[in-house]
Amino acid sequence: MDVILLQLLNGLDKGGAYALIALGLTIIFGTLGVVNFAHGALFMLGAFCAVSVQALLTISKKVKDESIKFFDAYKEIPYLEAWWGDTGAMIIDYAVPISILIAIPLMLLIGLGMERGLIRYFYKRPHAEQILVTFGLAIVVQELIKAQFGANPIPTPAPEVIAGSANVGLWVGLGESVVYPWWRLIYLAFAGVVIALAFAFLNLTTYGMVVRAGMADRETVGLLGINIQRRFTIVFGMAAVIAGLAGVMYTPILPPDYHMGMDFLVLSFVVVVVGGMGSLGGAVLAGFMLGILQSFASMNEVKSILPGIDQIIIYLIAVVILLVRPRGLLGRKGVMES
Amino acid sequence: MMFGDLTRNDKLLFLGFTIAALAMPLLAWPVGANYPDLLQKFAIYGIFAIGFNILFGLTGYLSFGHAAFLGVGSYAAVWMFKGVTMNVIPAVIFGVMVSGLFAALIGFVSLRRSGIYFSILTLAFAQMSYNLAYSVLTPITNGETGLQLRQDDARILDRMFVEQTEGLPSTNLFGLEMSGYPGFYFCCVLLIVAFFIALRIQRSPFGMMLRAIKTNQVRMNYTGFNTRPYALTAFIISGMYAGLAGSLLAVTDPLAGAERMQWTASGEVVLMTILGGAGTLVGPILGAGLIKYFENIFSSYNDSLLAESFSFLPDFLNDALVFVIGPFVGEGWSLLLGIVFMAIVIFLPGGLMEGLARIHGWYRGRGQGDAGRNVAKQAAE
Repeated sequence: MDVILLQLLNGLDKGGAYALIALGLTIIFGTLGVVNFAHGALFMLGAFCAVSVQALLTISKKVKDESIKFFDAYKEIPYLEAWWGDTGAMIIDYAVPISILIAIPLMLLIGLGMERGLIRYFYKRPHAEQILVTFGLAIVVQELIKAQFGANPIPTPAPEVIAGSANVGLWVGLGESVVYPWWRLIYLAFAGVVIALAFAFLNLTTYGMVVRAGMADRETVGLLGINIQRRFTIVFGMAAVIAGLAGVMYTPILPPDYHMGMDFLVLSFVVVVVGGMGSLGGAVLAGFMLGILQSFASMNEVKSILPGIDQIIIYLIAVVILLVRPRGLLGRKGVMES
Repeated sequence: MMFGDLTRNDKLLFLGFTIAALAMPLLAWPVGANYPDLLQKFAIYGIFAIGFNILFGLTGYLSFGHAAFLGVGSYAAVWMFKGVTMNVIPAVIFGVMVSGLFAALIGFVSLRRSGIYFSILTLAFAQMSYNLAYSVLTPITNGETGLQLRQDDARILDRMFVEQTEGLPSTNLFGLEMSGYPGFYFCCVLLIVAFFIALRIQRSPFGMMLRAIKTNQVRMNYTGFNTRPYALTAFIISGMYAGLAGSLLAVTDPLAGAERMQWTASGEVVLMTILGGAGTLVGPILGAGLIKYFENIFSSYNDSLLAESFSFLPDFLNDALVFVIGPFVGEGWSLLLGIVFMAIVIFLPGGLMEGLARIHGWYRGRGQGDAGRNVAKQAAE
């Protein structure tokens, strides 16, 4: 029972990341009809927002180390600490949460710029060319990040207060054997909130209603005198923000490096396909489902029966889904079924 | 009969290609690429790209998992070296056959879907093979280390007929060692054969059928053609080409690793084909050659080498040039590749071949006024 709970939690937080990226992908596909292979790059850019904020906050000056008497020793102290003492140290400690505030406007700008600057010229072009050009863009972004930050993962720890683990087992009455890092629980909650906000925006606001109408029948909405293109552009920006936030929050779990975007992209595409192209609920459902399945498949008990299953389970499910139900779990009938 | 039903233009094209391929060391000499290792790569990746083009260029199915077949070909060839003989012929045949079978299996499933679903299915299969090669299949693939030759390999035939020597044996063609120029010419001959087969396919009714699938598959189905067997055949042929390229990689350097199957490797062959011009005969080979050449040149440069090569300029100009170009060489070569690739897809979706056709048309159009411009238009199409 403990093991099952632990694997469930493991799967949920990975599933949270899949679901957030896949949500953005499927929104973009549903609104603009564009297959965005650069979405993983947006996730990675979000993660590097956190890295940059951390680097900015820890800009240091050299001071003489007084504790060493025998020779002149120097140590680096961040300006923030030098100016504000403990308050400064605390700000540095909270680098990751702070970078959320910075990531939101930044990712929105990047998303809008990407849509206006590149994607809009590709609406009418074949899917293959959309894939290719966004693939190229992903390579470019990835290489730029590599040139700037190097090829090694950069650790960006969570704030000290929540660095430990929560005793989840006790909460549900399973004894003390199930402990789980706080940050991962926060990530899970965060993913839930972002997903809920996205759904609320699309389903409960008038703006969102118009966007959904545009997804169903773009032409008619346009004929009603609504500038649907503009709304779609803004929605693209929002999808970029969602991917970026997923990236920012993921940094304490996985130190970011330049190819993390590509790693997640491939899986997120699989998630979108399993959930159903253009279906928001499907993307979320499939994201969590595949995350959990992957986590259970990597249990030793399962691996001893089916060796290697943890490596391929997601792809295997995608293949089965595509063959027996091509529109995906919650996909609308007739959308991209061939 | 082999050449009988080719048009005069095609015969010339084939003749020209053969001469160019055989004279590649000479042609590559002015640009400093005339050493066998690089020439072998030109030929091998040329074969890979030709094969990819048979699928993508003709039928329009964009496979994102072609590197899987390349990897399988490599593994099969190395196993042949280990188990039977260091002669390259059985290894190449075995590599092609195994990857053909593998392609038949994957193609049978993947081709049930088209468009982006097909791309994702092939990607999923390739990633599966890559992950398996790294983990469970370690007894076959030797995991992270990669499959290598060893002193105590079985090599049944070699042990019967060839005297054993100290150290690792090298690959050979009936005694002729497959390194350096002999290795290149072996690949080169196979490149010519591969080109010839691709030419025949493109000009045949079968090739016509494949292009019809690209143009309008729905209409093909309505007129009563079952397109799937044709697409599957194209997929298998293209997988066999990839297997051939993979086994040639093993021939020139007898080891095989899983990283050859990673999806970035699949992306590379897509880049080559698009860069040269999908759907054209010569384009993919051109693209493969260019990418491998510039990869080789640029990735070996660094800032100090760069500064040296511009040393004839005044200092401030030199520094400025190094500052501008520096990020794009060495490690940054992929950045340059990505930018060029994006530019090609945005402005020149037909690749370099379309660019050449446009220049050609523009040139003729200037001389002959309106009539010439129309010819140019047709040429570009």
